[in-house]
Amino acid sequence: MSNNIKEIQDEIVDEFEMFDDWMQRYEHMIELGKSLPLIEEKYKTEENLIKGCQSKVWVHAELEGDRLVFTADSDAIITKGIIAILIRAYSNQHPKDIIDADTAFIDEIGLKEHLSPTRANGLVSMIKQLKMYAVAYQTQLN
Amino acid sequence: MKVASTRTNFDVESIRKDFPILSREVNGKPLVYFDNAATSQTPQQVIDAIVDYYTRYNANIHRGVHTLSQEATDAYEQARVKVQKHFNAAHSYEVIFTSGTTHAINLVASGFSSLLKEGEEIIVSALEHHSNIVPWQMLCEKTGAKLKVIPMNDDGTLDMEEYEKLLSEKTKLVFVNHVSNALGTINPVEEIIEKAHKVGAAVLLDGAQAAPHIKANVQKLDVDFYVVSAHKMCGPTGVGMLYGKEEWLKKLPPYQGGGEMIATVTFEKTTYADLPHKFEAGTPDICGGIAFGAALDYMNSIGFENIAAYENELLEYATEKLQEIEGLRIYGTSAEKTAVISFNIDDIHPYDIGTIIDKLGIAVRTGHHCAQPVMDYYKIPGTVRASFSFYNTKEEIDIFIEAVKRAKNMLS
Repeated sequence: MSNNIKEIQDEIVDEFEMFDDWMQRYEHMIELGKSLPLIEEKYKTEENLIKGCQSKVWVHAELEGDRLVFTADSDAIITKGIIAILIRAYSNQHPKDIIDADTAFIDEIGLKEHLSPTRANGLVSMIKQLKMYAVAYQTQLN
Repeated sequence: MKVASTRTNFDVESIRKDFPILSREVNGKPLVYFDNAATSQTPQQVIDAIVDYYTRYNANIHRGVHTLSQEATDAYEQARVKVQKHFNAAHSYEVIFTSGTTHAINLVASGFSSLLKEGEEIIVSALEHHSNIVPWQMLCEKTGAKLKVIPMNDDGTLDMEEYEKLLSEKTKLVFVNHVSNALGTINPVEEIIEKAHKVGAAVLLDGAQAAPHIKANVQKLDVDFYVVSAHKMCGPTGVGMLYGKEEWLKKLPPYQGGGEMIATVTFEKTTYADLPHKFEAGTPDICGGIAFGAALDYMNSIGFENIAAYENELLEYATEKLQEIEGLRIYGTSAEKTAVISFNIDDIHPYDIGTIIDKLGIAVRTGHHCAQPVMDYYKIPGTVRASFSFYNTKEEIDIFIEAVKRAKNMLS
């Protein structure tokens, strides 16, 4: 049984609290980006592309049992780091939990504050997209 | 690169004092502003002109009998004369105030929709900004005219042989930017105009990127239309110029209906006002026009020769320093270019570099610079574009180079 979303979010917040400055936060984010579960090439389609980012971001979602698993990729490494953080929290969870999850941890790890406005919008679009997948698959489960 | 032969003795430190924004901090670091090709910063002299207008004589212009209206009208029309003189137009009524370059281009495109016939052709260049492509595509859809594209070479120059081949008696219009916004290439506009005129085609030059660096002489160029935005030349946003030869402006129908642009109105018939008012429907950006004039005064007080010589020095210095960074490629290496450097490092996404160096207080532009065809040519998602102005310094370039190196280390 994997941890629930809240526990993972807290874990991420703790992790980021270890860093004193933005450089270290970014370096950590870049590292996380490199460990991102990569989307299969065939899912890098126009439909899986998230709008609202200057860089390209693809997200694919698939049900495994009653849990939703996300894979993603981006052509920009910082964006990849952001999506890696989101996926760590939201992937392999029940769609209903994904829909209900709050996103305050983004503020707590300083992502919103530290990212440029357009990037922050990209972040918002990414969260919206993950939740939309969850809504779609939730109806399938019901 | 075009290199300044003599060092200029103009005093950048005293010029910098004219720009209050240059003393602010970003993310705890002194601002290094290298996004001048997107918008230039505003000197106190222009800010003062704006404040003065709203403080002393804000009023609607033309036809007002009261003092304030008269003062505002005088100032606005004086600004038109300043613009006329700056670009050396034959008459002040050949200067139309617009909201900017895009508006000016759309005005001309809309006017040509009644002049173009099916099968006739418009030529644009592969270096164009989106705003220079879309209005012509729309115009072609509407009229059945065809859009032809002058291809570009690897160094970011235009393929002039191909251009000659595209020209024929079917060509009615040629639209080219004087300077490319994505790469900084200065196009051979004299040659482009001369050849277009030989087949009887009109030429519109997008001077948005040229105007901050080059003082265009529209009569000497013999160009039919020339358009600029004030905000790229130390002026405010929301105002720009359409220059058109009198004969062309008379031929084009009005763009928008409204106040200012009419002479007489009855329900049976409206007669249009004379130039320039025929194209200036409604209350214009009065303050913006006046501030545009103040911006030209300011830039001319420094002198465009001094500006060009100093900016070339900055360009040469930055190019040399950037090329020392391993894996860095500069796009647009024409011998004739303005102080713009578009680059990528290895396969690092330009957005990643832009994000990191913003944390270090440096403003550059990343992305496709609204010139997707240029990016497609190089098969890249975009570039990092650093664009310099006469108020930038070599010390700022050093800070920028260090920041780019730091970003590269983090992102590789």
